[in-house]
Amino acid sequence: MGIKRRVFLFGSMALAGAGVFGLKWSGSKALADAQSATVKPGEGGFAAFLKIAPDDTVTLYSPTIDFGQGSHTAQAQIVAEELGIDPAQVVVEQAPAMPGFANPGIIEGFGADAFGAIFKSLPASLLGFAARAMPMQMTGGSSAIRFTGRLTLARAAAGARKLLIEEAAERLKVGEGDIVLAGGRASHAASGRSLRIGEIAEAAAQRTLWSEPEPLPARAGKAVGQSPPRRDIPGKVDGSAVYGMDVKLPDMRVATLAMAPVRGGKLTGVDDKPALAVAGVEKVIRLDDAVVVVGKGYWPALKGVRALAPQFSDGGHGGLNSPGIFAAQDRLRDANKPDKVSKAGDVAAALEDKAAKVITADYRVPYLHHAMMEPFALTAHRQGDRLDIWAGLQDPLRTRQMAAKAAGLPEEAVTVHTTIMGGGFGRRFPDQCEIIDQVVKVASQCPWPVKLIWSREQELQHGSYRVQSSARLTAALKDGRIAALRTDYVQGENVEGEVGFVYQVPATERRHFKYKTNQIDGPFRSVNSNQFGYWTESFMDELAHAAGEDPYRFRRKHLADGSRQAKVLDEAARRAGWGSPLPAGTARGIALVECFGTIVAEVVEAGLREDGLPLVRKVTAVVDCGTTVNPRNAEAQIQGGIIQALSTAIAEEITLDKGAVVQSNFADYPILRLAEAPTVIDVHFIESGAPMGGIGEPGVPPATPALVNALFALTGKRVRTLPIRDQAKA
Amino acid sequence: MPIEATVNGRKVTFQGEPDTPLLWAVREELGLTGSKFGCGIAACGACTMHVDGEPVRSCSLPIGDAAGKAITTIEGLKGADGTLHAVQQAWIDQQVPQCGYCQSGQIMAAVALIGRTGKPSDAQIDEAMTNICRCGTYPRIRAAIHAATIQAATNQAAPGQPAAQAQGAA
Ligand code: FES
Ligand code: FES
Repeated sequence: MGIKRRVFLFGSMALAGAGVFGLKWSGSKALADAQSATVKPGEGGFAAFLKIAPDDTVTLYSPTIDFGQGSHTAQAQIVAEELGIDPAQVVVEQAPAMPGFANPGIIEGFGADAFGAIFKSLPASLLGFAARAMPMQMTGGSSAIRFTGRLTLARAAAGARKLLIEEAAERLKVGEGDIVLAGGRASHAASGRSLRIGEIAEAAAQRTLWSEPEPLPARAGKAVGQSPPRRDIPGKVDGSAVYGMDVKLPDMRVATLAMAPVRGGKLTGVDDKPALAVAGVEKVIRLDDAVVVVGKGYWPALKGVRALAPQFSDGGHGGLNSPGIFAAQDRLRDANKPDKVSKAGDVAAALEDKAAKVITADYRVPYLHHAMMEPFALTAHRQGDRLDIWAGLQDPLRTRQMAAKAAGLPEEAVTVHTTIMGGGFGRRFPDQCEIIDQVVKVASQCPWPVKLIWSREQELQHGSYRVQSSARLTAALKDGRIAALRTDYVQGENVEGEVGFVYQVPATERRHFKYKTNQIDGPFRSVNSNQFGYWTESFMDELAHAAGEDPYRFRRKHLADGSRQAKVLDEAARRAGWGSPLPAGTARGIALVECFGTIVAEVVEAGLREDGLPLVRKVTAVVDCGTTVNPRNAEAQIQGGIIQALSTAIAEEITLDKGAVVQSNFADYPILRLAEAPTVIDVHFIESGAPMGGIGEPGVPPATPALVNALFALTGKRVRTLPIRDQAKA
Repeated sequence: MPIEATVNGRKVTFQGEPDTPLLWAVREELGLTGSKFGCGIAACGACTMHVDGEPVRSCSLPIGDAAGKAITTIEGLKGADGTLHAVQQAWIDQQVPQCGYCQSGQIMAAVALIGRTGKPSDAQIDEAMTNICRCGTYPRIRAAIHAATIQAATNQAAPGQPAAQAQGAA
């Protein structure tokens, strides 16, 4: 089966690839392996990602992790649109962690974002090669629909459509142009004859595709733009969904651990006897920077860990603390030697202009933890020279590579079983998950499968946090307009690159001062746009007030009439009733941020609780992501992003003392609860038809500055250091 | 010393130490993994079960204290014929879950709230629904609770007696 079947590579023919790179590089073998793992005789396999069974069922092997964004459902809609079927006919399975399921669309999409259109002209075979070589099976950067959906899956489906039409035309002895693919049939209208896709799929899949398949335009159609219910939800309301935490295997043991409290520290000593004396504890394993207790269940393992008094070094970071980090960042900025400068226009000259008013403000944001609801729980089973690992992480292929390295095995010897996951928000990128290495090493020393669970405390104290960073914004205001804007910001490496600036300002300059601590700089939902959104949009508000102008009008006059940004802002102001009276003790704030190809404006209505904490009752959000594939899901993503942002802005903060994280659980790292969340979050989409943007992250950045701006409107107090807590209290 | 209790209407015997949290005994001894571990300190509610009809954060209840009690987990909420509880159905209709990890606990808390109040007001929802959802599904949780009470009223189900608990007692 599989191997002999004629298959086309993602987007172009295996043959074309073979001509350029030779068989190995062309991916023929990766594709054949992928299809042998998924396609059964009688079925038609297309570009690895799709197969059509004789009963017309279409299976989509998604290289994306769906941890609740609903991307599998939306991807099914995109495929259904191409194939002219009902989305309910598409079964979505997690693509196996095999090179044939590497995802070139991500490389193409982010490549084009970073390096321009040249990426678009790269041959598909080269992108496919790059995806397998990296390997690339990532979920992140709000890319599941705009890149994976549009560039990987829609093309695979378009290729399948083309081949199905060709096969049908041949069988019905009519021209391809006379065949219509709809309702699961390839039909010839004039003669009334038709064929089911399931009866021609196997033969169609063996045809040669000679040109790049062209997906349909990305706009609302029969399947795109609808909101079919998500398939994963029933299993999430009756307890049957199996998360990484829930994996059960015969003879499995459960482990938990204590890691060096200071990141970078090592385990220097531990007496394992007290743990071994606990009923149900079976093993104590020393790792480089942690001690692990393996037991019959989580409770004995946890009791075992608690019985230990391990000693750890501090890796030379014992002097770090959060106020010290801010002070060091200030010194670095004052030394005025930026590591990277990007600019347009002459900011220095504009700031010197005697006729201009110069305004400056400093902002600070703390480390933030993702705090996904499911703490890390991975299971591994080592049997001789093979390894099985059950992991819910944001890149299964990369997980396989890292697990193989930890086990000292070739990648082919490792099977990754991808589980669903309880949230991620950027925390589950394999490169930042030391638990892969830990669980593989532990399982390699045990005769049983071992599930390693991080307690919430370990999880909270060993995050890959949103960076603690600070920024000084300086602007020249002249004739009521911004003549120049400079942003000096101090933080670690950029994990995403910089973020766009939406306003029309003649001169802008961004200067990055690199400052590293012992922490991993983690991507946190919306990444750099998170803190950039906060300080840029807070500062816009400050400038509006300095110019004596309404914050909405002031923003608006720095946007081009008729632009997407202007439309989004206007619509948000209109829907929120900007300027209309509000009950006493309430005020509005507005903010506009563009990131991941999507433009979002939010208006927050806020007051203060008795304890001085902000209380947000209503948020209005207007979103232009080009085309909304599944509006009900997209709404949930925007709402969830807003609530998460408000939670971080109001009270979340990870601090370091003596190099170690101070907070330990939800008692001192409070997450917004239902009673504190807005009761109304009105989300409106503008279907501009512009190139598709992301939806998981762009809802996050405007919420914090909109809230801070509302508090200023209410109390006259400007919050320049997050979290807000009771800073706005009179 | 083995500890006996009733879980979802079935007599069970826990073998673990009496200080074992009910959550872990149910998950690991009974293999019922619908109730989740989120914090272990009664702060998040992901582990919520009903113990003698009351919502309890099972990560912080030792099985020694659960001896002889009637326990309902998310798996026990469906009717004997497999029909979903009105609250579960409302959760599907409103498309509440995102990652879903908190939702077993949210649903158990909501069932208890509706059982206690019949038709909870927004203020009662605010007060009772203290479970954390990091994905931010709160607006839909609120909507689903309202929808479920309307649904329950239409079905004339007796408030305070979710189907599974009635069976548990039988
Ligand atoms: S796990 Fe029990 S309340 Fe969080
Ligand atoms: S749905 Fe993810 S934590 Fe609630």
